[in-house]
Amino acid sequence: MINNLGLDHYLILSAILFSIGLYGALAKRNAIAILMSIEIMLVAVSIAMVAFSRYIVPLLLTGQVFVIFIMVAAAAETAVGLAIIMAIYRSRETIDVTKIDLMKW
Amino acid sequence: MIGLQIAFWILVVVGIASALAVVLLRDIFRAALSLILCFLTVAGIYVTLSADFLAAVQVLIYVGAISVLIILAIMMTREVQQGSPSNKLRIPAFVVATLFLGALVFAMINTPWQIASMPPLEPTTAALAIKLFGENGFILPLEIAPLLLLAVILGTIVLVKEK
Repeated sequence: MINNLGLDHYLILSAILFSIGLYGALAKRNAIAILMSIEIMLVAVSIAMVAFSRYIVPLLLTGQVFVIFIMVAAAAETAVGLAIIMAIYRSRETIDVTKIDLMKW
Repeated sequence: MIGLQIAFWILVVVGIASALAVVLLRDIFRAALSLILCFLTVAGIYVTLSADFLAAVQVLIYVGAISVLIILAIMMTREVQQGSPSNKLRIPAFVVATLFLGALVFAMINTPWQIASMPPLEPTTAALAIKLFGENGFILPLEIAPLLLLAVILGTIVLVKEK
């Protein structure tokens, strides 16, 4: 199994990275740290996409096209997310998500 | 071929270690720096998957642009001293992530993937361009993506603007 790189290796790597990102997104207090964890999750999904594209349809490149669109969405999400964090920081002087609880009950 | 495997395992170890550092380090600035390292190793993973164009784009967009944006936000919010501690849900989050990882790995190993025996296309840049811009390609989503980016630019300016 170690001697030959297969689809499983890449899928398990992407699963591990996704779980690390999931833990970070659930367990962190700082809003920027949560955003970084979401970036790790997006990158993990991209690895799975490229691996599927490489091993299942090697000549069609569909997975790589999807990854390009994932990158566009990730850049947009980061920019808007950081802008929202800046706006919250300006009005509340904190980006601790446990203290931003106006809409919690 | 053996060099590819050595490179893959080095990239796996460094990538997972840096992703763990992003999640576990208390210093948010060091976490951002290890996030950059994680993005770089992912670019290397793309190279081992013979996706050369995507590796270059990964370095340009993630390592170049998104990391700078995140570090800028960290600098402007002055939360560096407080770090990024975990909240009360740390242990449930760990349990959920571990269960999710187990379920994913179980499903991935037990699914009979139809592996194609052909070698991958290389280099991919021209083929990707044909796929994106050619007949029956992805031209409509590709035209919507700039609209999304335009909306993001306007929205970001509106959100960050001083009242």
